[in-house]
Amino acid sequence: MKTFEYTITDEVGIHARPAGVLVKEAKNYASKITIAKGEKKAEATKLMAIMSLGVKKGDTITVTVEGDDEDACAPAIENFFKENL
Amino acid sequence: MITIKGKSSSKGIAIGRLVKYVKPEATVKREKVSDVEAEVARYETARDTAKEQLQKLYDKALKEVGESGAAIFEVHQMMLEDEDYNDSIYNMIRTDAVNAEFAVAKTGENFSEMFAGMDDEYFAARATDVKDISERIVSVLAGVAGSLDMSEPVILMAEDLAPSETVQMDKSKLLAFVTRLGSANSHTAILARTMGIPSMVEVDIQDDWDGKMTIVDGNTATIYIDPTEEVMVKMEALKAEETKQKQLLLELKGKENVTLDGTKVNLYANIGNVGDVAAVLANDAGGIGLFRSEFLYLGTDNYPSEEDQFNAYRTVAQNMAGKKVIIRTLDIGADKQVDYFQLDKEDNPAMGLRAIRICLERPAIFKTQLRALLRASAFGNISIMFPMIISVEEVKKIKGILEEVKAELREANVAFKEDIEIGIMIETPASVMISDLLAEEVDFFSIGTNDLTQYTLAIDRQNAKLEPFYNPHHEAILRMINMVIQNGHKGGAWVGICGELGADPELTRRFMEMGIDELSVSPSLILGLRKSIREMDLKG
Repeated sequence: MKTFEYTITDEVGIHARPAGVLVKEAKNYASKITIAKGEKKAEATKLMAIMSLGVKKGDTITVTVEGDDEDACAPAIENFFKENL
Repeated sequence: MITIKGKSSSKGIAIGRLVKYVKPEATVKREKVSDVEAEVARYETARDTAKEQLQKLYDKALKEVGESGAAIFEVHQMMLEDEDYNDSIYNMIRTDAVNAEFAVAKTGENFSEMFAGMDDEYFAARATDVKDISERIVSVLAGVAGSLDMSEPVILMAEDLAPSETVQMDKSKLLAFVTRLGSANSHTAILARTMGIPSMVEVDIQDDWDGKMTIVDGNTATIYIDPTEEVMVKMEALKAEETKQKQLLLELKGKENVTLDGTKVNLYANIGNVGDVAAVLANDAGGIGLFRSEFLYLGTDNYPSEEDQFNAYRTVAQNMAGKKVIIRTLDIGADKQVDYFQLDKEDNPAMGLRAIRICLERPAIFKTQLRALLRASAFGNISIMFPMIISVEEVKKIKGILEEVKAELREANVAFKEDIEIGIMIETPASVMISDLLAEEVDFFSIGTNDLTQYTLAIDRQNAKLEPFYNPHHEAILRMINMVIQNGHKGGAWVGICGELGADPELTRRFMEMGIDELSVSPSLILGLRKSIREMDLKG
């Protein structure tokens, strides 16, 4: 299992479009990717669940990656956050 | 006439007939089905049809309003594929043996409520998206198609509008949107802004307005139903002015500020808030010539933190994307009172402890601001400008403090722009007279004509009784400006004007002849000025 934290810098937070792109990206991997904001959690392959976390600018999220390809997946997803959010 | 207020979600003025849009609603009834798998298949076919429709809408929107306006339909397609959403529908059909229409409508309602209950305005607005995709599938299932017949251009009034509804409409027939629901963040509002038509939300719409002559003023968030002759004349004039400005923009956006004989000048904008940057970009300014930093200090009950200041400066620098942003350090005094500074009351505040004088008296406040400015300089093209200068000694002192702050930042390994440009306001007669010496010390001058006029003519501009004595084009001021420009150039400093005279059309030619390098004016005046410069021939 791999875990990293990320603080959102995008003005509106994880809004619809990047959330959609994130879902696409997440579906490329076999690993289960979970995004947590405080108590609330959502799987990265589920668009509405991610949006319902209501992640805003300045929020810190914890991303957990678990599965066979986690070594490749975790840095790729971390990179995705840095570039898009 | 009925005058009613709402919330503006897209600016501009529209005049025309109001038409109420009624949604083509498919009524959903709960029905028992015997073959649940057949119902699941029916749902899946309808969902795929809905996805195809959305793809077509995406293509249409892409052509009409561009990528950012079209993106929503891509998101809608993805929402249709959402696992939780689909699982909920499958579940209802299979366990409750209900019809697909009911399962979709119920699921849509549940998800929509979840979003509507969120605190953040942006996420709450997504409730409409969920409703929209659900209604789309239901329409496909029920075989109902919605459309609106608009034979003449109209102002559209509706309870709410889904993005798919707005994009299907014939744009040439739309003058404005007025809705009861929706928000400034809804995609309909975004589409309206992209289309450049006014739009208002949170309006308490009434059925009997249908068909009435109406004015929508998105600039003041006001609607006039059955306007009086007087209001109509006034709004028509404002609309004409707005159309002219838009025309200017079409003609002049991206064009150089150059006279017929090839003399160039920079046209920058004056702003007083981070939010003003939108107007700067919309009016195609080459940079920001004066960003007043007072807004950070006014209206709070304590000194703004370095972090707050840094964030404001950085945001502006980043949004201007490499274009020059000249930020003026704190310019308050007894005339612009801020309680927590605890300044003494003065008999003559214009000549009192203000601006740079406060900064030099209270270096801690000054250093906080300089640190924030330097840190922000790593994110864009920031220049620092100091107000109310009267002597070379002051400038040397300021530069000394700036070097101290730079050294501290270097020590702490904090990034900043080493060769950050510094300049001063020329707004006292003293600074004019020694502008040759000052030019050796700084990179640029910006002439603040308002204070310079007041100090030179010894006329308080707030005092109406002095009106007969006041001549804004006084030869003394014009000679001073010329002197500053020539001295600045000799000493290697560029020279701009950021006071009101900079935007005075009667003086533009004279300033150009003097060799002015930059004029900084209100964002809305940039294009008019550009037009007159492009029509000017200094040799003619």
